[in-house]
Amino acid sequence: MESQALLVLLVFVLVLSIFLGFELINKVPSTLHTPLMSGANAISGITIVGALLASGGEGTFSSVLVGTFAVFFASINVVGGYLVTNRMLKMFKKK
Amino acid sequence: MIAFFQSPIFANLAYIFASILFIFGLKMLSSPETAQRGNLVSASGMLIAILVTLAQNEIIAYEYLLAALVAGLIVGVLASSLVKMTSMPELVALFNGFGGIASLLVGVAEYINPSSSTFIQLIAISFTVLIGGITFSGSLIAFGKLSEIISGKPLILFGQKIVLSSLLVFALILVLELIFSTGLLNLSNQSVLFILIVTTLLLGVLLTAPIGGADMPVVIALLNSYSGLAASSAGFVINNNVLIVAGALVGASGLILTNIMCKAMNRSLSNVLFGGFGGTSSSSSSTGEIQGEVKPITAEDAYLILEAANSVLVIPGYGMAVSQAQHVVRELGELLEDNGCEVKYAIHPVAGRMPGHMNVLLAEANVSYDVLAEPDDVNPLMETIDVCIVIGANDVVNPDARENEGSPIYGMPVIEVDRAKTVFILKRSMAAGFAGIDNPLFLKENSRMLFGDAKESISTLVSEFKS
Repeated sequence: MESQALLVLLVFVLVLSIFLGFELINKVPSTLHTPLMSGANAISGITIVGALLASGGEGTFSSVLVGTFAVFFASINVVGGYLVTNRMLKMFKKK
Repeated sequence: MIAFFQSPIFANLAYIFASILFIFGLKMLSSPETAQRGNLVSASGMLIAILVTLAQNEIIAYEYLLAALVAGLIVGVLASSLVKMTSMPELVALFNGFGGIASLLVGVAEYINPSSSTFIQLIAISFTVLIGGITFSGSLIAFGKLSEIISGKPLILFGQKIVLSSLLVFALILVLELIFSTGLLNLSNQSVLFILIVTTLLLGVLLTAPIGGADMPVVIALLNSYSGLAASSAGFVINNNVLIVAGALVGASGLILTNIMCKAMNRSLSNVLFGGFGGTSSSSSSTGEIQGEVKPITAEDAYLILEAANSVLVIPGYGMAVSQAQHVVRELGELLEDNGCEVKYAIHPVAGRMPGHMNVLLAEANVSYDVLAEPDDVNPLMETIDVCIVIGANDVVNPDARENEGSPIYGMPVIEVDRAKTVFILKRSMAAGFAGIDNPLFLKENSRMLFGDAKESISTLVSEFKS
């Protein structure tokens, strides 16, 4: 795809996602704000996709090394974030 | 067949599917009943995104990335299973910082990769490094303040704003140099990148250090938003939709939480970021016309009043977290209910050290989430409540917010406990709260101070009920 067309498409996706995000998050009750935060935090670990491509892809030794560190930090964020959110949400019960 | 799973079209379709799972996961967080499943849905979206990426043709070597994945997995599992519920704000801040540094490193890796980057990618790389660096060092400072490794007091340097703005301008010059490579700075591309990273890290520190411990809920929410923006921006670096969608969702979530926290304190975001609130200076600004005296009460007398009460409202604050009193609080609540009393919990949005902190602690102690109320729900009924028990909360119940125009918190929405028939305040001593502001609630006619550790005081009440 032509790079300008691609950029327009990506910006389009970005803008729609922000609106969608506002709609979704406004409906989360305040009692769940901590799990929302840690869950959202885990989602931001999606940067792991870029990290994996940098660590396992073609490149110089230094770019692979930097990518590998990125994988390490992003995977802590993803794994830890989802597990800790699950731990919290498990406790929310109604009697 | 295998070739299909390695093809970019399959990967892109799978990334769209992963984005849909993230969206559904967040949607299911709108109710406590579906929230846990929602988190699993979101996690499976992440798993799909990771597996599909690993299957790509572009990935030619697995040894490094698998080692890093396993190491990260171990650290993540250990950290998330060992952390105490009271320390959750620190952990979230730390994880947030890791997300930021990961995005920064993705940008750096892409920049030093020999395959040439387009103009748009260069802009995205600069932005990713900038936001990622601020997120990382800012989150580490927030982590330090929350875990009390460093002082929670706002650290204001001389000429803070001048230093900050010149650093910001310097960072922008470096960004422009990275994008256009004019050579005017007489530095190699790699040194420009390196100096930019150092500058962004410094910016993160300088932006977070002046913010007092009491404002940390706002800071964590804002940094949360930044980590999303960094991920989104990394999406422009590698032209990937799922990063953009997921990052934007997180960015929006952080912004909404930031806004809620600011409204709950009746302050603008810039006042939180640059106001240096929560220092010792603010306590001297009170007008000093507080009248009355402190009336202490013993646990035995408090028991007699509670025994006769028909409705009790519990207002927890960070002090409950510090003394780990949530379990005995729940026990007391159950005993009161058995005694025919109606028990509710009123939680202020900024109680504790992160949004929803108190709700998590009470959930840990098995308090049903339908008895947790917000200030707007309980304030109109306050006159009908027999006893309010304030446990380690201070600023969120301060009547000065309504009555004293000279108070730094004037106008902040508070839980108006002073309008209830009786207020018990559980407190270690007469020291001012985290924000360093005097609280005339303690001197009101209907207030009774129950001094001592909150957990011990409530345990005494519980044993009185049982005997």
